[in-house]
Amino acid sequence: MKARYLIPLVIFVLIAVFLGIGLKLDPRKVPSPLIGKPAPDFNLPSLHDPDRMVKPADFKGKVWLFNVWATWCVSCRAEHATLVEFSRRNVLPIVGLNYKDDPEAAKQWLATLGNPYIVNAVDKKGRVAIDWGVYGAPETYLIDQQGIIRFKQIGAVTPEVIQNKLLPMIQKLRGQS
Amino acid sequence: MKRLIAIVLMLLPLVASAGIEIHKFSSPEHEKTYKQLVYELRCLVCQNQNLADSHAELAADLREEVFEMVEQGKSRKEIKDFMVARYGDFVLYKPPVQANTSLLWAGPFLILLGGIAIAIVFIRRHRLSGDESDQPENDS
Repeated sequence: MKARYLIPLVIFVLIAVFLGIGLKLDPRKVPSPLIGKPAPDFNLPSLHDPDRMVKPADFKGKVWLFNVWATWCVSCRAEHATLVEFSRRNVLPIVGLNYKDDPEAAKQWLATLGNPYIVNAVDKKGRVAIDWGVYGAPETYLIDQQGIIRFKQIGAVTPEVIQNKLLPMIQKLRGQS
Repeated sequence: MKRLIAIVLMLLPLVASAGIEIHKFSSPEHEKTYKQLVYELRCLVCQNQNLADSHAELAADLREEVFEMVEQGKSRKEIKDFMVARYGDFVLYKPPVQANTSLLWAGPFLILLGGIAIAIVFIRRHRLSGDESDQPENDS
């Protein structure tokens, strides 16, 4: 007869575990369906040289990072120093997507805070960002040699993300080819 | 003078609502499809709102995208597939019935069945012991 008193306890523990998992999940982190898929194509003018067009095919054969940012984006500012630091280590090319921004403000920002990007594509209307499934800057994608998206960081790239996620993945991708 | 002020005041709400884009549809069917779609697609920024309700900038961009696709004559399914390809199933306000959402769809019915089962057991037991006494826990 004692066992029946355990039933509410078991139910309570089950609910507590599920709610606990629920608390740990961040609803803002929507898994991208683009992981494992080819990077969406684009053809956008470069920030510093509007006559030059930037496209994903330019980086074929390389593992590269694609960072969506804007000067109006608060977290991008927090992320920027990390990216600058990371770019100094010359691990891989970082390509920027300047998202719905004022090009002059963007240039100003790079001049004062440092420029971690090898090139920046200007997405004035945010069309390309929609193709990439961007819903809030900053977002960062890791693309492999074949142009397949391997990883997406939603929110700022931190030194921990670089150390624990990006670097091991980059190494793995390079080891494969 | 008073009348003029009153008229101006009455016109104010018109100005206030001008923030929402006005689309010129080529046919009433297109307009209907558009309206249905913006109610069925989720705004990724303010996640508990659909595209129709959201004032987020991304929502405005996505509405524009939906509008253009509708005008190009794309079907509802094509437009939804376009969104799902970019943002995942989460963008659909009404989740699709598929393997990974089976628990979501079946869950309420399972809980209902469980409740009915418990009720049946409870009533049966009550009926069996009902004639003798109302003290089923006399042995603990």
